[in-house]
Amino acid sequence: MSSRDLILGRVRRALAGVPDVEITRAYRGPSDKPGDIRLFEERVRDYRAVVHLVDEPGVAERVARSLAERGARRVVVPAGFPAPWLAAADVEAVADDPPLSAAELDAVDGVITTCAVAIAETGTIVLDAGPGQGRRALTLVPDYHLCVVRAAEVVANVPDAVARLVPARPLTWISGPSATSDIELNRVEGVHGPRTLEVLIVT
Amino acid sequence: MSVTFLGMPAERPFPRNAARAVRDSQLRFNLRKATRTIRARRASVVAEAPDWAELREAGRAIKEHTLRNLDRYLVRLEEAVTAAGGHVHWAADGDEANRIVAGLVKATGETEVVKVKSMATQEIGLNEALHEQGITAYETDLAELIVQLGDDRPSHILVPAIHRNRAEIREIFAEHMAGWGRPAPGDLTDEPAALAEAARLHLRERFLKTKVAISGANFAIAETGTLVVLESEGNGRMCLTLPRTLISVVGIEKVLPAWRDLEVFLQLLPRSSTGERMNPYTSMWTGAAEGQEFHLVLLDNGRTGVLADEVGRQALRCIRCSACLNVCPVYERTGGHAYGSVYPGPIGAILTPQLRGMGSELDRSLPYASSLCGACYEVCPVAIDIPSVLVDLRARAPHPWPERAGMAAAGWVFERSGRLARLQRAGGRLRRLMPRRLPGPLGGWTDTRDLPEVPKESFRDWWDRTDGGRR
Repeated sequence: MSSRDLILGRVRRALAGVPDVEITRAYRGPSDKPGDIRLFEERVRDYRAVVHLVDEPGVAERVARSLAERGARRVVVPAGFPAPWLAAADVEAVADDPPLSAAELDAVDGVITTCAVAIAETGTIVLDAGPGQGRRALTLVPDYHLCVVRAAEVVANVPDAVARLVPARPLTWISGPSATSDIELNRVEGVHGPRTLEVLIVT
Repeated sequence: MSVTFLGMPAERPFPRNAARAVRDSQLRFNLRKATRTIRARRASVVAEAPDWAELREAGRAIKEHTLRNLDRYLVRLEEAVTAAGGHVHWAADGDEANRIVAGLVKATGETEVVKVKSMATQEIGLNEALHEQGITAYETDLAELIVQLGDDRPSHILVPAIHRNRAEIREIFAEHMAGWGRPAPGDLTDEPAALAEAARLHLRERFLKTKVAISGANFAIAETGTLVVLESEGNGRMCLTLPRTLISVVGIEKVLPAWRDLEVFLQLLPRSSTGERMNPYTSMWTGAAEGQEFHLVLLDNGRTGVLADEVGRQALRCIRCSACLNVCPVYERTGGHAYGSVYPGPIGAILTPQLRGMGSELDRSLPYASSLCGACYEVCPVAIDIPSVLVDLRARAPHPWPERAGMAAAGWVFERSGRLARLQRAGGRLRRLMPRRLPGPLGGWTDTRDLPEVPKESFRDWWDRTDGGRR
């Protein structure tokens, strides 16, 4: 007998005659309302990420300033990232075409992306490898991640985000910079992922 | 029944381990500090969620429903993962899982793998099994790294090195990093930020060049074939993203029916475990993501035996958040090593004897490693009634003969009221001869208790003599 049949057989024997249970979902489900931008800003900042609120015409200038303040010269720009937002920045845009090696990604100064969804209540941004975000490694290896979040992408809560996302895509949920609680259960920022997360919220 | 291995040798019984642990003042200081910190953080983010009770109830029900239909959901998960380009393997026990993983690693021609922290692979002793096959497994989670470098054993589900403080960690890094790769910086201090930086430098090269990774998973969605890993440091993302081959060893109870169910568990888990609104990174992938080769190893290793137990099966709802450890007055004082299993604390006290059986003295003693205060049940995000399972296991554990003889005698006495009355009168007359401590093999009971005083006369005799106090 294969282990598959063995395990499934054991499961069926264990469950013989056991009644099913009903699932009550009395918790707050998807709100279907836009997320509160101010709350999102506050919650992202709680994770010790750098946050700015800008209006649409101000994005290019804010991007340029953030990259300059960071001292970033070579920045990965995934395919589909809105070109006008980079127009004012004095940086070398590195494309992921042909795909950059891990070592090449380790050598750039940072990465700039958009996002798929952002969650106000938890201060989370979610990337789904869509346009302007690129594959997962792009936002992982560089030490600095600048993420531009449009107001329309901000949802209220976790159920809203789950409802909006497509599970077949590779998803990365990001809540602040890389951190650890492994030393005396105190949170310390900065381990293997980007140690600096900067979020621009476009109102 | 075959004996399930849980990553640690079963040795002395819990009370003896505990007696030794509580004499270690450094350990008690470290644990007290860490559990207090995390308890306060959890309490504040749980209080912030207005629908916590409803989320907890949904979490309990979803898990219970999944377990009631586990065969169906496992088959669906297999179909979905396969359809998305992944490969599914079934392992009836730890040995089989280890053989499957070693075979998959060998097929790649690699001799080094990077690992994301995983309870399932710790449970089956995967690192040791790979080592025997000439494959070196590098732990990449900070706490796991501390345990691996220190040749130590994990003592907590979420933070395996919770028993170490910053000064001890600094020493372990300074002494042992060089033996495993890049040495620690010469001027390493015990600042947590400096220690995190040392781990970053130590593992950086390894992440960028290793071709095979091994992980567990927090959740596996039957409907879509999606696997989910929650983490903090980014080591998980490194392992899940960069290597060409990814092997995930996942207990069969980790399956969830539908994508939508994540809306519950992505709220319950981070708030319960690290006490955050959301953990820094969560990765979700379906099958062969971005061209990676993906293998899912579904692990039984005693779980179907637990599933067959009417009372004990609720332990399979566990999402390994470790809230029960952090709140347990016993765990806070003894630490995790006393439990002799990779699953310590209250959840370990009910999971280990069920997975491993109660053949050893240690495993028989685990259901007693509790004062039954119920704090673990209260904080459990999937409402596992740990005290009830402990009591049930106590009833089923083999008991020593003096206890059995005492209980049989008590049963005989209580069977007839006349027997009890005669015994009470005899006791009243002989009360001055009553010892403070019970003799011989019964002495264990009075080691920690006073024998109750025997009254001169029983309540019934007093009532008869005085007509209820009227005479």
